[in-house]
Amino acid sequence: MPAPIRLRELIRTIRTARTQAEEREMIQKECAAIRSSFREEDNTYRCRNVAKLLYMHMLGYPAHFGQLECLKLIASQKFTDKRIGYLGAMLLLDERQDVHLLMTNCIKNDLNHSTQYVQGLALCTLGCMGSSEMCRDLAGEVEKLLKTSNSYLRKKAALCAVHVIRKVPELMEMFLPATKNLLNEKNHGVLHTSVVLLTEMCERSPDMLAHFRKVRRLSSSQLVPQLVRILKNLIMSGYSPEHDVSGISDPFLQVRILRLLRILGRNDDDSSEAMNDILAQVATNTETSKNVGNAILYETVLTIMDIKSESGLRVLAINILGRFLLNNDKNIRYVALTSLLKTVQTDHNAVQRHRSTIVDCLKDLDVSIKRRAMELSFALVNGNNVRGMMKELLYFLDSCEPEFKADCASGIFLAAEKYAPSKRWHIDTIMRVLTTAGSYVRDDAVPNLIQLITNSVEMHAYTVQRLYKAILGDYSQQPLVQVASWCIGEYGDLLVSGQCEEEEPIQVTEDEVLDILESILISNMSASVTRGYALTAIMKLSTRFTCTVNRIKKVVSIYGSSIDVELQQRAVEYNALFKKYDHMRPALLERMPVMEKVTTNGPAEIVQTNGETETAVLETKPPPSGLQPANQANDLLDLLGGSDITPVIPTAPTSKPASAGGELLDLLGDLNLTGSPVSAPASQIAQPPFLLDGLISQPLFNDIAAGIPSITAYNKNGLKIDFTFERSNTNPSVTVITIQASNSTELDMTDFVFQAAVPKTFQLQLLSPSSSVIPAFNSGTITQVIKVLNPQKQQLRMRIKLTYNHKGSAMQDLAEVNNFPPQSWQ
Amino acid sequence: MIKFFLMVNKQGQTRLSRYYEHVEITKRTMLEAEVIKNCLSRSKDECSFVEYKDFKLVYRQYAALFIVVGIDQTENEMAVYELIHNFVEVLDKYFSRV
Repeated sequence: MPAPIRLRELIRTIRTARTQAEEREMIQKECAAIRSSFREEDNTYRCRNVAKLLYMHMLGYPAHFGQLECLKLIASQKFTDKRIGYLGAMLLLDERQDVHLLMTNCIKNDLNHSTQYVQGLALCTLGCMGSSEMCRDLAGEVEKLLKTSNSYLRKKAALCAVHVIRKVPELMEMFLPATKNLLNEKNHGVLHTSVVLLTEMCERSPDMLAHFRKVRRLSSSQLVPQLVRILKNLIMSGYSPEHDVSGISDPFLQVRILRLLRILGRNDDDSSEAMNDILAQVATNTETSKNVGNAILYETVLTIMDIKSESGLRVLAINILGRFLLNNDKNIRYVALTSLLKTVQTDHNAVQRHRSTIVDCLKDLDVSIKRRAMELSFALVNGNNVRGMMKELLYFLDSCEPEFKADCASGIFLAAEKYAPSKRWHIDTIMRVLTTAGSYVRDDAVPNLIQLITNSVEMHAYTVQRLYKAILGDYSQQPLVQVASWCIGEYGDLLVSGQCEEEEPIQVTEDEVLDILESILISNMSASVTRGYALTAIMKLSTRFTCTVNRIKKVVSIYGSSIDVELQQRAVEYNALFKKYDHMRPALLERMPVMEKVTTNGPAEIVQTNGETETAVLETKPPPSGLQPANQANDLLDLLGGSDITPVIPTAPTSKPASAGGELLDLLGDLNLTGSPVSAPASQIAQPPFLLDGLISQPLFNDIAAGIPSITAYNKNGLKIDFTFERSNTNPSVTVITIQASNSTELDMTDFVFQAAVPKTFQLQLLSPSSSVIPAFNSGTITQVIKVLNPQKQQLRMRIKLTYNHKGSAMQDLAEVNNFPPQSWQ
Repeated sequence: MIKFFLMVNKQGQTRLSRYYEHVEITKRTMLEAEVIKNCLSRSKDECSFVEYKDFKLVYRQYAALFIVVGIDQTENEMAVYELIHNFVEVLDKYFSRV
């Protein structure tokens, strides 16, 4: 068989291939030749074949059949063989292959070889792919080599030690004594790798870190002064041809030392003090004309910001960053923006000084720089500069790439909320964002905006007018249209009456308003959600407008047969409202009062999502007090606080299945569209009394299952709670429990709150109690209705918690109710 | 920490690749293709640091060859930029006529 071709020939051949397929063919042919050569156990050319195999592996072709050959090469005596063998081991073998353990003995022998280059090879390979078993076996040898005087070996041993520590952290102590002398070397290679080793040790183990920081009796063995000395020598020494890079002596070592100083100085006053001088020196003496100098300055700045440096030094650091920002080189500006972002939390004022430069960076062409500048700008907005910054940011929003728009819009909203100088400005800003980047605004922004608008009562007329003008031209941006239709629905009367103090009032007729809402409904561009908003808005206008009610009725009835189920349901319910419940309509469609701001990451998920949480408990607010479920939420399993939209709406007695949840719920639950956590206004609990009375006094269902026995759920300390049950034949999974609480003591019980929790498979709905005072001597009762949904017909169990004030002290009790009669749940 | 070191030509062919973390061989070609796409699409006056997935790429162009180094967040980008140049200079001195 002819001698296999050399590696160079192979590379040349492969490069002549014009297509991927041709290349693959060539490689396969060569692989076959190599395989047959391996089978023949040819010693002379094994090295060449493995080299070719490695090249093909690098191009992405499988080469696992070469692994054993590598081992054979390693075991050979020739240096050239060993070299390729170790390289192959590094590339092809790792701890996933079982074969690698066979290498251990070879490496051990080679670590003790007479030639330093062979020792070096072995160290390199071990440091590259050594598994934890190998490291454990050979750590002793490595440590021995770490102490040798040969600097070539020492530096390789140090790097190998780094790998050993990473794989087997317990062996760190073994290398500790050897590190004492490492920094006394002159050879930069050894210095560099030793610093890496020390860095790795300090990062991995806080004990090591403490050990290196502490003051030892011999001042020469302290780590920080040693490092400072080395760094000083590097800066002060003249030109050294071996280590020079563009006029700076060994910048790579300088950067490494600075990084180690950073780790040592973090949170440690003594060490930080020891390094203050040298940091100042480096910062001022380094040449900034070349990239090298800037790299060192960058590392210095990072170190200064991280350790406990004095304020003068920090100001120096920020000024350096400011200078970077003005530099023409993009890389440097990027680096500066990144570091400023890290420091803006701690040194806000200093960074503010460079605000104008940062804002200029927004206009840069480079995408990375723009992103950094945007993030930094948001961090810098404060009460003083909000107007100017917003102008720039809005301009940026207009012109930036689509991937930024969503982030930018959210950022603007947040900043505007925090620092708006006036309500009008705030609304203007929001309008501007909606009109420029309307389709990129996040979904949760819509309910937030709506809540904001309701809060600025005096701006309603102005807001609705501007929104109306905005969508007149173009109604394709969904969030904008949603907010606009909601507002028009709420404040349509203000729009039509033409009262607006802030701006020129426009003349709008009711018909025009309805025109626009109808076109939104019809338009193909409107999402289903948006149509829902529009339909509800039209409905609300039926109470606010006077002459177009018939038109509204017609529109609503048309959509009663719409294909979209959501729309159809709404239309049907609104229709019913027109026909049967016209007396309720004005009350229901009243203006929304000011909403409370609910924290969006609180437990305020809508319970309509059907209790994925542990227990679905809906709490009612005791009528007078505010919404603070958190402090009531402890004992009683996981109470889901805060969502009080659903429990309060009583179901209207109709022949429709009660599980429709009541049309009222949907009507007033506009905001639940996007699952928003905005809570219904407090006044919904204090509904017009006739609705509630209607609930309590009337039987809830037209067809009630007869005679389920009532039970006494709780009777202690004079407080007795009775449960009476009602179930419907049409909807057997719902059980309605009416509780009656009575007080047989001689003093009233006030501030009575009843809470209940049920197991996971149930759903609970608590409605408003009739009052919060139980008069004494059984002279009156508190009535409250609980609705339990029990789809799986499991045994009803309930845990109740009662809190009340009695005889001047606050009482609280927990109880479990297990004596539910079977008819109530079967 | 340096994750990988690549030398790729303008057509996307890998000339040298060294991975310091285990990456499966099939994923390597995909990674290289994506990385080179990212770097090629940038213009002359854009900065040399690109954010890619969870690490940063530092790249430098020498005639028709791109040298790309992938680093993680703890590394000094500018020092790596210098390192690339240092490497090229060493190659130049050692092999002349690079």
